[in-house]
Amino acid sequence: MKLAYWPGCVSRGFTPELHGSMKLVAPKLDLELVELDRANCCGAGVIAEHNQELVDTLNARTFALAQGVEGAAGMMNICSTCQGAQSECQQRLDADGEYRREVNSHLGDEGLAYEKSAEWWNKNFLWLLVEEIGLAKLAEKVVRPLEGLRVAPFYGCYIVRPTERLGFKDHPNRDKYLDILIEILGAQPVDYAGSHKCCGFPLITMNRTTSLRQAGRHLADAIDAGADCLVTPCPLCHLNLDMQQPEAQKFVERDLNVPVLHLPQLVGLALGLEPKELGMDKHVVKTGDVQRKVRELAAA
Amino acid sequence: MAESYTLRLRRYDPESGEPAYWSEYEVEQDPERSVLQGILDARDQEDGSIAIRCSCRAAICGSCGVRINGTSALACNTQLGDAQAKAGVGKPIVVEPMGNMPVLKDLIVDMDAVHWKKIQRVVPWLLPEGDPPEREYIVPAEAMIDVTQSMACIQCGACVSACLALEVDPEFVGPAALAKAYRFVGDPRDGQHEERLRDLAEDPHGIYDCTHCFACIEVCPKDVAPMDQIMRLRRRATADYDIKDKNNGYGHEHAFVNIIERYGTLHEAQLLPRSFGDGSLIRGQTEPAAVKQLVESLPTAARGLASGKVSLRKALLHPKLPDQKSVRKIFKEIESKDERLEINMYIIGENADDEEGAMAEGSQES
Repeated sequence: MKLAYWPGCVSRGFTPELHGSMKLVAPKLDLELVELDRANCCGAGVIAEHNQELVDTLNARTFALAQGVEGAAGMMNICSTCQGAQSECQQRLDADGEYRREVNSHLGDEGLAYEKSAEWWNKNFLWLLVEEIGLAKLAEKVVRPLEGLRVAPFYGCYIVRPTERLGFKDHPNRDKYLDILIEILGAQPVDYAGSHKCCGFPLITMNRTTSLRQAGRHLADAIDAGADCLVTPCPLCHLNLDMQQPEAQKFVERDLNVPVLHLPQLVGLALGLEPKELGMDKHVVKTGDVQRKVRELAAA
Repeated sequence: MAESYTLRLRRYDPESGEPAYWSEYEVEQDPERSVLQGILDARDQEDGSIAIRCSCRAAICGSCGVRINGTSALACNTQLGDAQAKAGVGKPIVVEPMGNMPVLKDLIVDMDAVHWKKIQRVVPWLLPEGDPPEREYIVPAEAMIDVTQSMACIQCGACVSACLALEVDPEFVGPAALAKAYRFVGDPRDGQHEERLRDLAEDPHGIYDCTHCFACIEVCPKDVAPMDQIMRLRRRATADYDIKDKNNGYGHEHAFVNIIERYGTLHEAQLLPRSFGDGSLIRGQTEPAAVKQLVESLPTAARGLASGKVSLRKALLHPKLPDQKSVRKIFKEIESKDERLEINMYIIGENADDEEGAMAEGSQES
C-alpha cells in the first residue's frame, strides 16, 4: 500500500526513534511511505488557539501535498496530536465551501488546493493498522509474539476525543485499538485508570505542576496495575511520560521507572526487529527489562 | 420491547459511618428509556433509599449528572440500550456520582462546593460601562450568535466532572466557569472584557491551566464545547489585548507561532527559551524571571542529550522547510487581515458546505 506519509515534527526532532522505527516497520507491512518533506507543522493545538484560518490553511497545504502523491491510498501520520489537530481543520474545511475556497486562495501560488473528498483520508498508524492493513494480516506477520509482556496502552487525548469529530460513528472501537493490537502482538494489555487521560504535555511550559502531576499519576497507575511498559501512538505523550518521567516522580512523590514505547517500536518487536535498531536505547527511561524479556522470547 | 438491565450503583450514606459500596438492581425497561428511568424504577420497586437528583427528565434542567460506565453524562439523556452496549454484553451498567466534586449521598454530589463556587469566581453577570441606555441595549445579531454556544450551558456539571486538569488541580477554574466567562467576554454590552481576560490569564489556575484534553467537549450534553471557549478566551487575551501573563501563556503561543513561521516545523529546543521571551529567542534567555524556569528544565535537557534522543547539533540547528518562503507568505497574508476569519461548527453545522454566507456568520472582529 502506497501512502503519503506525514511524520510530524517531534518524530524527527526529540523522538527520532519514532520516525526511525516507523521506517523499518513499514516495509515489513508492505507499506510504501512517500514522506511529505515539504509539509509544515500541524499547529499542535497552539496555532489553532492563535488563529483558526492560519492553522486551517497550514493543514490544507499538508492535505493538498498528500493528495498530490500519485497512487497513494491516503495519508498516514504517526502522532495522535497531528491526527486530532488535522482532523479539526479538516472538519471545518469540509463543512463550508466558501471558507474552503478562501483558505485555498492562500495556496494558489504553490499550485496547491485541498479538495474535499469522501474517499480521501488521513489516518494515524494505529487506525491504519486496524482498518486498512487488518488484524488478520498483521497477526500473520507476527514472528515474535510478545508473550508475557504486560503493556499499558496510552492513547493521547487528540486521538480519542471528541469522538464525533474523529470518525467514531463509522469506527466505534477506535478507543480500543491499542488494547486490541497489544493482544494481536501476543502481549497482555494492562487495564488501568490513565489509558485515555491526558499526559499533561500541553501544559508543560505553562503549569509544570498540573502537567507533571498528570504524567506521574498515570505512570504510577500503570505500574500499580503491573505494567512492564507503556505504549503510545503520540510522541508528545512520549515526551511527558518518558523524557519528563524523572521529574514527574517528584510530583507524585514515588519512584516510577517504567519504559514508554512508541507504537511502531512495539509492532516492530513482534515483527522480528531488534530493540536496538528500533531505537530503544534512545529513551530516557531505560528499556533494558523489556529488551531482556524480548530476548528470552527469542531464546525460548 | 422491555429488556432486563442490571444497574450497578455506587452507594454512599454519610450518616451511616460506612464507606461507599456497590449495589446491583435488575430492572425491566425498553432500551429507548433512560438510565434515569432505570434508576427511578429501582428506587420505586426495590430500594427507596437510593438518592439521585432529578427534575425535568428531558435534558433541560441539568440536575441528573452522573458517570455512566465511567463517562460523565445526564442520566435522563442516556438510553439504557446505549449504556448497555457501552458496558458490554452481560455486564452491568455502572452508575457513579460525578467526579471532581464531593459526594453528599449516593449519586448526589455537592455542586455548591465546586461547580457553583467556580461559576461565581468568573463574575457571571454583565458589567456594563457608563450609564444604562434609556431603553434596552441594542446588540448586533452577529455578536449574540458568537456567544450562543456558551449560553446553551445548563449548568449540569458534566464537564467539571470529566475535567482532567481539575483531577490533578482542584483549584483550576474549570471548563463550565470559563465557558461562562467567554459568554461575557464575547458580549458587546460588557465593559470589562480586558479586566476579565487579564484576571483569568494571570490566575495560575485560569485559562492557562486547561490541559487541552477535549474531555469537556466530549461529555457536554449541550455542545457548549467549553475547551473551545477557553481557546477563544486565550485568543482574545493575546491577540486583542496583548496580555503578557506571568503563566507563560502568551509566551508559549508566540514562541510556537514564531518558530513555525520561521522554520515551518517545530524547533523544540527553542520553544522553552522563546516562550520565556514572549516569543523572542534573545529576550527569552536574558529575562531574569526566565532564568529560574530555564534552570528547572536543565536536568530534562541533560537527560535528553545523554539518552541520544537529542544531539547538540539538533538542539542548536534546525533546517527550514524547502518552501519556507511560501509558508511565511501564508502567515503574512492571514495575520495582516483586519478581521480574524473564524467559523464555528456549532453555528454552521456539519453540512453547511456551499450555503451562502455560512462563513460570514462566524467571522469575528479582531
